[in-house]
Amino acid sequence: MAAEVAKLDPMHQFTIAPLGGSADWTLAGFNIAFTNSALWMAFAALALIVFVAGGMKRELVPGRWQMAVEFFTGFIDNMLQANIGNNGRKYMPYVFSLFMFILFANMLGLLPLGVIGLHPFTFTSHFTVTGVLALITISIVLVVGFWKHGLHFFSLFVPSGTPVPMIPVIFVIEIFSFILRPFSLALRLFVAMMAGHVLLEVLSSFVIDGTNAGPLWAGVVGLPSYLLMIGICALEILVSGIQAYVFALLTVFYINDAENLH
Amino acid sequence: MPQIAQLAQTYSSQIFWLLVFFGIVFVFVGRGMVPKVMSTVDLRDQRISGDLAAATAAREKADEEEENWRRRENENRASAHAIVVEAKAKAAADSESKLAAAQKRLDAKLAEAEADIDAARVSALAEVEGVAAEAAQDIVQRIAGLKVTAAKANSAVKKAMSDA
Repeated sequence: MAAEVAKLDPMHQFTIAPLGGSADWTLAGFNIAFTNSALWMAFAALALIVFVAGGMKRELVPGRWQMAVEFFTGFIDNMLQANIGNNGRKYMPYVFSLFMFILFANMLGLLPLGVIGLHPFTFTSHFTVTGVLALITISIVLVVGFWKHGLHFFSLFVPSGTPVPMIPVIFVIEIFSFILRPFSLALRLFVAMMAGHVLLEVLSSFVIDGTNAGPLWAGVVGLPSYLLMIGICALEILVSGIQAYVFALLTVFYINDAENLH
Repeated sequence: MPQIAQLAQTYSSQIFWLLVFFGIVFVFVGRGMVPKVMSTVDLRDQRISGDLAAATAAREKADEEEENWRRRENENRASAHAIVVEAKAKAAADSESKLAAAQKRLDAKLAEAEADIDAARVSALAEVEGVAAEAAQDIVQRIAGLKVTAAKANSAVKKAMSDA
């Protein structure tokens, strides 16, 4: 019974485990074990490469696959165009990679591979991962901002029309909110993905435990939980897309701040 | 919470592999494939807008041709109308001149006939006078036994006739 309880620990799914004896790999003194997390990063990268490569036929009249790929590139392109303007296209490779990588990671993490004994790992539910992505975004913002505007970039923290006596206060607040950006960016995605997976796991434990407790509890707890899980699964697919979209959109907003100031 | 519990032992591998795989995605997908996909889309958009422009130009040309045709048609119609009017006028003038000529001929014939009649009347009158003068001579000779010259008889007859 104790083993079963451990299996139903909703946090167990986030455990990182080295694969194939790579636990001791190091690089410059840092451990770089190839973990289940890294494996799913590889899957996401591979799936993304296969997906986009499938849309590379470059036909004048696109097929379905090409249409799908062009839908995503057009989606990101529109986002950049609408928020940054004509200068936005040079960020296409980064924002597209970011959006698609997060989207594929989220979606792959939802695959019901448990039924064949495999365990999908949602690496976007780890703030080490989302944090690195957020830091890359903020680094781009800082580099672009100071490269294009020099010290004038600091005017970003003083919105135009601020009364002079308010400038010191506003400046501090704006700096503070700017510093918080990578945290909010990273935590939003990590929390959303983790919460969804915990919820699914908790509900599935209701289904299993309720069903094990006899027909009555199976009917009262198990079945409603199961129906709810179906709905939550659909919701999670939606959240996967929305969180990838939000991450990309906020990245575009922040880059826009650096590119165009206010 | 494994994210925090395992942080110390896994952060380096997480960051390392994320950079590796996100880097692969960025280089191969973002830098390598996406620009090609975008250029395909751009090419298609260009082609479509080019085709649309060509279609618009063709339509404009057709409109222009139609306008030209209409103008030519109107000109033709106008010139045809002018020809008809001219022909009508010419025909009217023709018939008028023909009528005038016929009238003239008729007038001439009439005048001739009148002259003929006049001449006939004059000669008839002269004959009547002659006959009357001879008759008067005869009458005078028989009744009065006088011999009257023809000239005298003639003038007497003339006088009597003009008095009558």
